Amino acid sequence: MNVLSSLVVVLALILVVYLGVDKAGLTALFGTVLPYVAIVLFLGGFIYRILYWAKSPVPFRIPTTCGQQKTLPWIKPNNFDNPHNGFGVFVRMVLEVLFFRSLFRNTRTQIVKDGPKVGYASNYWLWFLAIAFHWAFLIVFVRHLRFFTEPIPEWILGLQAVDGFIEYGVPVFYITSVLLVVGVAGLLVRRLFSSQLRYISLLNDYFPLFLILGIALTGVLLRHYVKTDIVSVKEMTMGLISFSPVNPEGVHVMFYIHFFLVTCLFAYFPFSKLMHLGGVFLSPTRNLANNNREVRHINPWNPKVKLHSYAEYEDDFRDKMVAAGIPVDKE
Amino acid sequence: MYDGGKIITGLIIFLALVTFPLWYTAASGDASYTPDPETPAQGNCIESKEYMNAWHMDMLDDWRDAVVRDANRVYVATDGKEHEMSLTMTCMNCHDDKEKFCDRCHTYLGVTPYCWDCHVVPNQQGRR
Repeated sequence: MNVLSSLVVVLALILVVYLGVDKAGLTALFGTVLPYVAIVLFLGGFIYRILYWAKSPVPFRIPTTCGQQKTLPWIKPNNFDNPHNGFGVFVRMVLEVLFFRSLFRNTRTQIVKDGPKVGYASNYWLWFLAIAFHWAFLIVFVRHLRFFTEPIPEWILGLQAVDGFIEYGVPVFYITSVLLVVGVAGLLVRRLFSSQLRYISLLNDYFPLFLILGIALTGVLLRHYVKTDIVSVKEMTMGLISFSPVNPEGVHVMFYIHFFLVTCLFAYFPFSKLMHLGGVFLSPTRNLANNNREVRHINPWNPKVKLHSYAEYEDDFRDKMVAAGIPVDKE
Repeated sequence: MYDGGKIITGLIIFLALVTFPLWYTAASGDASYTPDPETPAQGNCIESKEYMNAWHMDMLDDWRDAVVRDANRVYVATDGKEHEMSLTMTCMNCHDDKEKFCDRCHTYLGVTPYCWDCHVVPNQQGRR
């Protein structure tokens, strides 16, 4: 049900933009107004979510570790898997953000066939699909900067050249086009075919997958099968970023479908699970050094307690104590 | 706010990255540039302008395959006229200046076609 409804939502979005542009001619709405609304929602929502999370107190380090903690001097610590200082945390975060190290440790638990034993095995499929999808999406995203910069920086052209290294077809086929579609389709298939996973999957798990699959497929279609005049397209995108929007005639509706799905992704982003883009940097189990035994961490919401030490007590009652013969520290 | 300094720094870096096109274009000042490839004053292209805008690369790709693999050098256009399948002889007979025609849009869009890996650019001094 969740699968179908999210698929229907994405198809409805496509239908809306198709009818809106092709039948009603609302190019200014889909080409200018909604993209601006989406980018404001994206930036505003992103900042709001991060600042909201920043208000959550982190009173104590949560040591989820995979290595030896720093301890007695003759025991070798593992500073990347169990960091005790800022450098170790930095390396752990880099490995997490760029290479999904904790996902790489994903294991599968199952009853071994030839006996009543539990077996644990590495399970790299999720990691592989995730890394293919994320890196391909990043590279595809960065490649699109050719439509948003003038003159195009050399490094974007270099990235294109590397990505189109296979030099198949005209215009050349990009490796990341395949990886993106395979990655996101694989993640969708994984959700659909694993019964445990399907049981816990919600509408907002399927919707981003269908949306991104839609973006990827319309993108491939636009590049290779349903072509339009991309000079007009770049005039439009450059108009958007220089705040003098234009809506040239004769741009194929397929472009508007692609563009509107991206618009939806931007608008939806900060209010969904996709915010793990920002959230990964705020993971308390990853970004805090495990130094509970080295440094005293004080609970930030402890109430202020008015203390009255023994020395102060003695100052208050010294005369009476001396008179009663009670020993005092300070004469 | 907890660890506010680090989080705000991270947010500022994020905003600087995602607004890259804005400040890059503002700095270069070329946002309103649009390419104007020089087209011949008279005569029609072998297919419509709209078709050529979107599909010329596929046409050239088909031509190459037809010529190189099947030795078929005749292209029948939509209007029934026959043309020789040749980039340098047919297309560039009218659009004779690569820099003023091909390159203008290609540079604007960051397209680097590999035509010139094999073909020699016609009418360039010392290369003919």
